[in-house]
Amino acid sequence: MYAYDEIDRTLINERVSEFRDQVKRRLAGELTEDEFKMLRLMNGVYLQLHAYMFRVAIPYGTLSSPQLRKMAHVARRYDRGYGHFTTRQNIQFNWIKLADLPDALEDLASVGIHAMQTSGNCTRNVTTDQWAGVAPGEVEDPRIWAELLRQYSTMHPEFSFLPRKFKIAITASAHDRAAIKVHDIGLRIHKNEAGETGFEVLVGGGLGRTPFIGKVIKPFVHGRDILSYVESILRVYNQYGRRDNIYKARIKILVHELGIEKFAAEVEDEWLATRESSLTLDNEVVEDIRSRFSYPHYQKLSDTPDELAAASADPHFARWLKNSVAPHQRTGYAIVTLSLKPVGGPPGDATADQMDAVADLADKYSFGEIRVGHEQNLALPSVARRDLPALWRQLDKLGLATPNVNLVTDIIACPGLDYCSLANTRSIPIAQELTRRFANNDLAELIGRLHINISGCINACGHHHVGHIGILGVEKNGEEFFQITIGGRADEHAVVGTLIGPAVPFAEVADVIEDIVEAYLALRARPDELFVQTVERLGVEPFKERVYATR
Amino acid sequence: MTSPLQQKIKITGPSVVTANRTWDGVVIYRDAHKGWTTDLAEAAIVRTADDARALLAESTADDVGAIGPYIAPVAVNDNGTVEPGNLREQIRRKGVTIDLPASA
Ligand code: HEM
Ligand code: SF4
Repeated sequence: MYAYDEIDRTLINERVSEFRDQVKRRLAGELTEDEFKMLRLMNGVYLQLHAYMFRVAIPYGTLSSPQLRKMAHVARRYDRGYGHFTTRQNIQFNWIKLADLPDALEDLASVGIHAMQTSGNCTRNVTTDQWAGVAPGEVEDPRIWAELLRQYSTMHPEFSFLPRKFKIAITASAHDRAAIKVHDIGLRIHKNEAGETGFEVLVGGGLGRTPFIGKVIKPFVHGRDILSYVESILRVYNQYGRRDNIYKARIKILVHELGIEKFAAEVEDEWLATRESSLTLDNEVVEDIRSRFSYPHYQKLSDTPDELAAASADPHFARWLKNSVAPHQRTGYAIVTLSLKPVGGPPGDATADQMDAVADLADKYSFGEIRVGHEQNLALPSVARRDLPALWRQLDKLGLATPNVNLVTDIIACPGLDYCSLANTRSIPIAQELTRRFANNDLAELIGRLHINISGCINACGHHHVGHIGILGVEKNGEEFFQITIGGRADEHAVVGTLIGPAVPFAEVADVIEDIVEAYLALRARPDELFVQTVERLGVEPFKERVYATR
Repeated sequence: MTSPLQQKIKITGPSVVTANRTWDGVVIYRDAHKGWTTDLAEAAIVRTADDARALLAESTADDVGAIGPYIAPVAVNDNGTVEPGNLREQIRRKGVTIDLPASA
């Protein structure tokens, strides 16, 4: 966990009282909506179909148990008893009243939580691997750097009005769980030959209307230079990024139009001129940040305790252990993913009661820490393996032990037309229907790793482009239709999926997905050839044939 | 923002003006008495572009009470009851099409 210092606490509290005053003036008619809109957006307050929506940041996906309890409190007191965890390590409350928002913000501020960087054309909440600090094989904890970037970018005067929003993600593991290749800047931590920490820097990734996979702009930037290098990218973008056309304003378009070589050369010129600045991070600064993170006092425990062997006789437990529990850096510990994808439920939603219960379980079993990942699940990062059976029984009662992590029903979906004012179509009901179709756990395991991602419009909040199967809602003559892509992926081999053919109506989507999955099962070369690998080997044709032959 | 009086407005059938209420965000409709209602049945219904423009202009003028007024299509049944004209407006009127996650 990271402990905010006095500067942060003061800043957060000042923001709350400022916003309280702004809301008061808005409700009294002293501010017009035009004037107020930017102020509310700066505090994470959007307007959706039925109500205001309140987006709260979960920096680098790490929450303490008191913070999660406070989220539960906000959900219960000011909303309808639940919250929605998003793909960008944020939580959204869907029914909050403007008049209540200052109180909600104040309650959250008491535990160091805020809504800065969740909206607007600034650097957004910097995201990272939800297994940061506990993933085996990790180079080092990426949250140190995420925190440095957070401090650097929060309310940065030069970069608060960029041409468009700006998203940075960091990973320190070979397997990328943070989708860095589809971010404006992706950072992969690695070491050079001298053993020094640095970053492979990618730029120009993004989803939305025009998806791009990020390109490497510099293979190694030393840790001490990362802020000045990021600043050089921001400066070039700020200068040349298009402000005339919102669809062309993201950095990905600039990188695409200039070409990565030219863009890199611009950045290099800027960087060489400015790198020896106050932004250079000496070791002391980095170590100071590192020292503000507290790490668990791990015990010496066995990886194969008796409790685990005994419980594994229960096939339900054994299945959960296989699908939801991952190895930890420390012997005797494990990382446990809490699926927010129950059969028939909206992906990513958790009730206030669940949040409270998870906070209690985190205190009991995981050093009081909870993680939030971009797949819209939660995790308890450091659970002693001997406690897994007891934890499982309690998660099961809470509906948080669906053994489907990374399987076909672990679906990412945006809020879609049930909530979002920009949507063409609904996405949650499609996800719900698919979880019912594939509810059989044996079938899901037979299929293996398969990510289905759903967005209700081209903005791609549900990451449809990089789903193994992507589903995008489009409107045709007032009816909901869906385009299906296959073969996308969001990890270190990130690629944008390929459209298989004409859009299909709402009622047929689940049938089409079943057809695609059946075709895969018949076509795969081996039981462990993943869906994406089969698509890579054979192309989309055989799937297309299967889907459209009878339609 | 372009004033509604200068905007080109086209409507294809009976329409209402709808918005969200400022203090709580709730869906509201402009009524025929220069006020707002949460009940679609009480909404003022316009059938010509001129009437729509006038209703929108009057609604937009109430910046304190409502956010983002716009014209939305409705269907008027034979018995006079009014229904939203598309799925989006149905969802705005009736709420989400799914069960909300309920705290036990
Ligand atoms: C009121 C609700 C929301 C609104 C108005 C909204 C708006 C948008 C817009 C306009 C874009 C396109 C930006 C661009 O291409 O320049 C976008 C992208 C995105 N949003 Fe949302 N969004 C909403 C909810 C969400 C939710 C719930 C999530 C997570 C589940 C999310 C995550 C993302 C992501 C990951 C992208 C694409 C990545 C990228 O920036 O290229 N958004 N959103
Ligand atoms: S993808 Fe479209 S429909 Fe879905 S949340 Fe984003 S803006 Fe709304």
